[in-house]
Amino acid sequence: MSQHSNKSFWIAFSIVSALLILAPLVLPEFWRRFLTEILIWGLLAMSSDLLIGYTGMVSFGHSAFFGLGMYGAAAALLTLKPANLWLAILYGLSGSAVIAGFVAYFATRLRDIYFAITTLIFSQIFYVVIFTWTEVTGGENGLTFTRPRLGIPGIYSVPFTPELLHWFVLAVVTASYLILRRITHSPFGMVLQSIRENEQRTRAIGYPVERYKIVAVMLSGVFAGLAGVLYAIQNRFAAPDFVYFVVSGEAVIYNVMGGIGTLLGPIVGAGFFLGLRELSARVFGDQFPYLIPVGVIFIAMVIFLPQGLLGFAKRWLNR
Amino acid sequence: MDTIGDTIGLGWDWLAAHRDIIIIQTVNGIVTGMILALIASGLTLIFGIMDVVNFAHGELFMLGAYVGVVVLATSGSFWLALVLSTLLIALLGAALQITTLRPLIGRDPLTTILATFGISLVLQNYALWQFGPVPRKLDEPITGQFVLFYLSYPWYRLLIALLSGAIIGGLYLFLKHGTYGIWIRATTQDRVMAQAMGIPVPWVHTGVFAIGAGMAAASGVLFGPLVGINHAMGLDWVLKAFIVVVVGGMGNLGGSIAASIFVSLLEAYAAIVVSPAQAVIVSFVVLILTLLFRPTGLFVPTPK
Amino acid sequence: MSAPKTAAEPLVAVEDLHTFYGKSHVLHGLSLCVGRGEVVGLLGRNGVGKSTTLKTIMGLVGPSRGKVLLEGQAITGLPAHKIARLGIAYVPEDRRIFKLLTVMENLRTGLDRQGVTQARKEELLDKLFAYFPRLAERRGQAGGTLSGGEQQMLAIARAMMLEPKIILLDEPTEGLMPRMVSQIREIVNVLHREGVAILLVEQNVPLTLEASQRVYFMEKGVVRHHAVASELKVDDPVIHQYLGV
Repeated sequence: MSQHSNKSFWIAFSIVSALLILAPLVLPEFWRRFLTEILIWGLLAMSSDLLIGYTGMVSFGHSAFFGLGMYGAAAALLTLKPANLWLAILYGLSGSAVIAGFVAYFATRLRDIYFAITTLIFSQIFYVVIFTWTEVTGGENGLTFTRPRLGIPGIYSVPFTPELLHWFVLAVVTASYLILRRITHSPFGMVLQSIRENEQRTRAIGYPVERYKIVAVMLSGVFAGLAGVLYAIQNRFAAPDFVYFVVSGEAVIYNVMGGIGTLLGPIVGAGFFLGLRELSARVFGDQFPYLIPVGVIFIAMVIFLPQGLLGFAKRWLNR
Repeated sequence: MDTIGDTIGLGWDWLAAHRDIIIIQTVNGIVTGMILALIASGLTLIFGIMDVVNFAHGELFMLGAYVGVVVLATSGSFWLALVLSTLLIALLGAALQITTLRPLIGRDPLTTILATFGISLVLQNYALWQFGPVPRKLDEPITGQFVLFYLSYPWYRLLIALLSGAIIGGLYLFLKHGTYGIWIRATTQDRVMAQAMGIPVPWVHTGVFAIGAGMAAASGVLFGPLVGINHAMGLDWVLKAFIVVVVGGMGNLGGSIAASIFVSLLEAYAAIVVSPAQAVIVSFVVLILTLLFRPTGLFVPTPK
Repeated sequence: MSAPKTAAEPLVAVEDLHTFYGKSHVLHGLSLCVGRGEVVGLLGRNGVGKSTTLKTIMGLVGPSRGKVLLEGQAITGLPAHKIARLGIAYVPEDRRIFKLLTVMENLRTGLDRQGVTQARKEELLDKLFAYFPRLAERRGQAGGTLSGGEQQMLAIARAMMLEPKIILLDEPTEGLMPRMVSQIREIVNVLHREGVAILLVEQNVPLTLEASQRVYFMEKGVVRHHAVASELKVDDPVIHQYLGV
C-alpha cells in the first residue's frame, strides 16, 4: 500500500471513529442502540472474515462461537457475585475458544466445501445441546441476567449508561479491528492468504497448513465469542436462537455485502443489511418479507459484485 | 463372569419387553431412511457432477411439499400432486441453475455455496410470506393400517418406502442405460472430454440440477402427510442429508443410500430411549466418528 | 510465416492465433490450414504449443486474438460441444477415454447424435469393429481395464463415431509399442482413405512424414517452416533444426 493511500485510509478511519464516538450524544436512543448492534454484528462478521476473506474457508459455525461467548458471559454473570465484567468476558472467550478448538480439530482436515458443511452441522449440534439441556442453559427460554458495571468491583465501578455502553462496545470493536489488522498484515496473516490463494503450493513449500488453519479458526472463534459477550452485556439475555445457524448465515451475508477480505467490509455489510431491514420495515411495514429482496440482492452481489460494497468503493475511488 | 451374564440377561429382557416398539422403529427407520435417501441422492448427484453443494436443497423439498398441498387442494388427487410438484420444482431448479449457478462456473467453489445459501434464504422467506407460519396439512392418499407380523402399521408409510425405492431405482436405471445416462456419467468423469465429444455439458448440468430438485420435491410430497408442512422444514432435512452424503462418501450414490438407512435406523432406535429432539444427536455422532476414522466415507469400499 | 494457399478453400484454417494459459503467452500468432481430406503433420519440440493449437481449434481453450475457421465460417469462441457437432473431433494426448464407462458406452458418446438412424449406427459400429476387432471383443468391458494401446484405439474409435470432417490427433503413438505404432499408422491411412482430414501432432518423425501430405514446423508458438512431406527426408537438416535435441 502506498504511503498516500495509507494516510488517507487512517484519516478516513479517524473521521468515522470520531463520528461514532459523537453518535450517542446526538442520536435518539433507538438509533444509538441500532448503531451499537451494527458494531456488535460487525465484529461477528469481522471474525468470520478472517476465515472467509483471508484463509479462504467459508464457515457456517460462527453462531456456535457467538452463542458460547454469550452463554459464557451469562454463566459468569449469574454465578459470580458481584457481577464482574472482566470475568464475564473471560468466561465468554474461554467458552468460545474451547468450542473453536474442538470444531477446528475436526473440520480443518476437510476441503473447503466439506468444511462449510461440517461447521454448519457443528453449530446445529450446539444448538440442539443448548436447546435441550434446559437445567443448565434455560432451554428455549434462555437466561436473563443483570448488566455488570464497568470497572473493577470493589475498587472503582460505574454503571453502564447507554452512552458508556456504546463507547465500550466501540472501543472493544475498534481494538479488535486493530488487532485483527495487525494479524492479517503479519507473516502469519501472509501465510493464511497464501493458503487461500493456493493451498497445495503452500503445503508444498513446507508450511503446516492444518496448524495454521486451526489457529485461524480459533482466533476467529474468540473474536466471534467476544461479539457474543458484548451482545449479552447489551441485551442482558442469552437465548438458543443465537446459536442457530441463521446467525452464521447472516454473518456470511454481511461479509459478502461489505466485502470479503477487508475486515471493515463486514461492518459496512452489517450496517447495509440492518439498514435495509429497518428501511423496509418503515416503508413496507413489519410484515413485509424483506429477506426476499435482500436475498436477491445478496445473490446478485455474489455474482456481479463479489468484492462487496467496500471493494467496489475502493475501486471507484482509485480511478 | 457373572456380571457379564447378568448384563446380557438384563439387555435381553429389555429388548424382549420393548420388542414391539423395536419392530415398529425398525420399519420407521427404514421408511425415514428411504425418504432421506431420496433427498440425499439428488444432493449427491448434483455434487458429483457439478461440484456444487446445494444449500437450497432443503427448500426445494419444502416447496415441493407446499406445491403438493396446493395441487391436492385444487384437484383432490394426491398422485397428481406428486407428479405436478416434481415437474414444477424440477423446472424451478433448472431456472435457478441457469440464472444463478451458470454465471459462477469456473469461479471459486465458495461462490456456489454462497449463491445456493442466498437461494435458500429467498425460497424460505417466500414460503413464509406466501403460506404463512401455520403448518399445513397434506392428506395421505391411503389411510388405514395393515398387519405387520402381529402389529398394525400404516399402509401409507409402506407406500412411501416403496415409492422412494422405485424412484431411486428409476434414477439408477436412467443413469445406467440410455443416452442421457451416458452423458451424465461421462460428464461426471471428464467434463472436458465430454464436451469434446459433442455432449452439451452446460445442459447436462442444468438437467442434473433439475432432476435433483425434482427428487427433493417428490420427497417433500411423500413425506408431507407425516408432519406439518412449514417453511422451516427444509433445514433439518438438508442437514441430515448433508451428514448422510459425507458419511456415505461424497459423490457416491450407493453410499449415500446405505448411509441414509443406517443413520435413520440408529436415530429411530435412539428415539426409543430419548426424545426425538435429542435423537438427532445420533446422526451428529455418526458424522463425528466418520470424520475421525473414515473421512472418505463409511460406505466407501476402500479408503482412497 | 503465413499459411500457403491451397487450391480449394481449406477445411480448417487458423489465422494469427494468440492463446494464453493464465499469464503464459503460448501461441504468438499461429496460422495454418488443413485441406479437405488432407493429412497434415504438426511437428516441434515439447512445449512449443502444439497441443495448445489443437485445444484452441477444438474450443477447449479460448484464444485472445485470431480466428479459427471451419469451411470458411468462423468458429472462434464457440463452446467445444458445438464445435464437435460441426465436424471436428479431438483425440487428446493422454487418450482420456471414460474409464468407468464400457467400451460400447464410450463409443456411444460419439454415436448417439441427432439425425443418426439406428441402421446407420449399426453400420458405423460394424465398420468400426472390422477395423478394431479387439475393441469388439471388449465392448462390454470398462474402459479403464483396457491396455494402453487399446485405450488409444478406443480414443480414436470414439472420435470416429462422430463422423467428423477432421480429426485432431495429439501424439497418438506416445508410449506405445512398435506393433501398436504400425497399427496407428494403418488407422491414419484408413481415415485418409475414408476422406477424413487429420491434423497430426507427433514426435515420431518417420511416421508423420509417411502419413502426411504436408508438414508444419512449430517453434515458440508460431509456425516457422512448412514443407511438402514427400520432399523431406528423415535426416533433413530442417528436422534437426526444429526437433533436434
